[in-house]
Amino acid sequence: MPDINAVADRVASATPPSVARAIRGLSDCSIAWLFVAPTIVLLLAINIFPLIWTIHLSFTNYASNRPNRPVVNVGLKWYQDILSSPEVWAAMQATAHFVFWTIFFQTLIGFTLAYLVDRKFRGHAFWTTIILIPMMLSPAVVGNFWKFLYQPQIGLFNYIVSFFTGLPPSSFEMLGSVTLAPWAIVIVDTWMWTPYVMLICLAGLRSIPDYIYEAAEVDRASKWRQFWSITLPMALPFIMLAVLFRGIENFKMFDMVMLLTGGGPGSTTELASITLKRQAFEAYRTGYSSAFAIILFVVVFGLANIYVRALNKVKQR
Amino acid sequence: MRKLLASASALAAIVALAPMGEAQAAELTLCWAAWDPANALVEMSKDFEKASGTKMKFEFVPWPNFADRMLNELNSGGKLCDLLIGDSQWIGGSAENGYYVKLNDFFDREGIKMSDFADATVYAYSTWPKGTPNYWALPAMGDANGWFYRKDWFENPNLQAEYKAKYNRDLAPPKTWTELKETAEFFQGRKIDGKTVYGAAIFTERASEGITMGVTSALYPYGFKYENTPGKYDMEGAVNSADAVAGLEMYKEIYKCCTPPGYTDSYMGEGLDAFKSGQVAMMMNWFAFMPGMAKDEKVGTVTGFFVNPGQKVAASTLGGQGISVVANTDNMEGALAYIKWFAQPDVQKKWWSLGGYACHKAVLNDPSFKDSQPFAAQFLEAMGGVQDFWQEPAYASLLQAMQKRMHDYVVADKGTAKEALDGLIQDWTAIFQEEGKI
Repeated sequence: MPDINAVADRVASATPPSVARAIRGLSDCSIAWLFVAPTIVLLLAINIFPLIWTIHLSFTNYASNRPNRPVVNVGLKWYQDILSSPEVWAAMQATAHFVFWTIFFQTLIGFTLAYLVDRKFRGHAFWTTIILIPMMLSPAVVGNFWKFLYQPQIGLFNYIVSFFTGLPPSSFEMLGSVTLAPWAIVIVDTWMWTPYVMLICLAGLRSIPDYIYEAAEVDRASKWRQFWSITLPMALPFIMLAVLFRGIENFKMFDMVMLLTGGGPGSTTELASITLKRQAFEAYRTGYSSAFAIILFVVVFGLANIYVRALNKVKQR
Repeated sequence: MRKLLASASALAAIVALAPMGEAQAAELTLCWAAWDPANALVEMSKDFEKASGTKMKFEFVPWPNFADRMLNELNSGGKLCDLLIGDSQWIGGSAENGYYVKLNDFFDREGIKMSDFADATVYAYSTWPKGTPNYWALPAMGDANGWFYRKDWFENPNLQAEYKAKYNRDLAPPKTWTELKETAEFFQGRKIDGKTVYGAAIFTERASEGITMGVTSALYPYGFKYENTPGKYDMEGAVNSADAVAGLEMYKEIYKCCTPPGYTDSYMGEGLDAFKSGQVAMMMNWFAFMPGMAKDEKVGTVTGFFVNPGQKVAASTLGGQGISVVANTDNMEGALAYIKWFAQPDVQKKWWSLGGYACHKAVLNDPSFKDSQPFAAQFLEAMGGVQDFWQEPAYASLLQAMQKRMHDYVVADKGTAKEALDGLIQDWTAIFQEEGKI
């Protein structure tokens, strides 16, 4: 183990006198800023500047495929167009359906699985690992993989449904039917991300001290009563955190749904992020899509803020 | 020691940078879609490498991402491509935005005459504004949407007899869309060699251009027009004419009656899979795939080809591309040299023999051309009646609107054909207004 003082002495003696003088003159606060500065510069360059630039573009007619066209200020035109566009509202509706039902199923199944895994039965570590596999896969792999599973002629999913219901496998199309496609993407996302919710819930359940249950046992509280009065309230902040993470992620969902349905049939599964991508990088309406991105950002940011306040209240209880 | 380090660094820099400089000068990158003809071009370009000493590099992007990738490359001022074989619809935007080099002076200087190339291909792949003698590309790959069919099934005596009894005509490649639908219905759900087969594989893809290319193959023969007066953007009564409505309804009927299950988001690849696996009697697809199909070990010998059926007029949806020099290239001389080499009649003949669709009249007007391949005569016929989508700078937005409206109507069953086309006029009008064209 090297002597730390000796190392410090060596570093100090190796520092050129001019640099040493300059550093000796710095206050603690200045040194702190010196260390933080690279991060702030990066943050400004990568996050803040693009955000400000996007806001600026959202008030112009700029199109990235028309570099020679004069850039004109259009005021709030894009915001008005977006907020009054039936296509955008349809996309928001599809997004809301997707976000709500994926969160509902993932929370329900994820918490149930966490509750079961927390029982510490024989082989629970093995089964936990198995359950976690879907979330370790890339969304692109999952999208392509489920596209085959949903194939009406050869897909396993249709055959399983057929086995249980007696319906011919080719008689329904999960990805091609307007009624079924929104549920098809919910199923895939639930399959993939339930383990993630389970992990967070499991952390919550494991954080509950055993002595609380022991005290409840002494008071002869039933298992049902213990669940409602101890387990659920104490795990609730974790569940809410999982809901927050999944909500934000699914509001931005793009890759998996794009691969599964491409937003179809028609525009049935065209989520807001798919519409945004199409406007930005297929139609090259940069000004319009910047305004759309800002609206989506404000929606997610606003909802997340309200939610975090609720989460803090629950934690304070 | 310091001197030694400095010398070593300088030497390393020289060693690292010198070959790069040389390589840049003698290298050309050609960008295109990843498909069979691209492989043929790689093979053929070896001759250019030998003749010029230039090393050819290729950047091929799968079709579903081709437009996205290449248009973003052009828009961002990227330097990936020296030469680009881009879709015909990109020419308006690429010309107006200065992404492509105007080739008139070069053609004049090198004695390359556009009159040596098929008129339809020059109009579609090279000119902007349309039909004017302003050339932004050399016609490179002629293409149109055509049809593949199972010759062995069509020639089956039992099926022929049954078909004749039912429709009072021979079971043969359909000449009209009405016949196409009836033929597709005839095969739909039929057991052939113990397997259930389906009528036709048509384009229904949502994300890129698939359903538009498929639907227009029905609309054009029914008499669909984009404008009443070319260049006036007066779409009312043209885009939503009674003929256009009938054409769109026909496409949906074929989708509903006669495609394989789950065929809701299918384009070239899915069609080829369905056809090669013996699922469908007929497949809509680009002529570009015919050379590969004719050589296919499994179905090559039993595959026939026919031109897109007519209805009121003979018409096919245009595919294909011209080759352009990207204005941003660092190797302008090399890129132009490639175009000059490619325009030679001998090179064009070799291009056709390798599986590329040459547009040079020296190839197309050769008396032996029609018999040179089982699809050559059909190709000539199709190219005589090709029609293309808008080639306007705003083509991407125009295409996106049509993709949505058509998929909503055909696949998602929303509204009527008239409503879909009325909606399309609204979308296109808004786009042209935004563009300041109307």
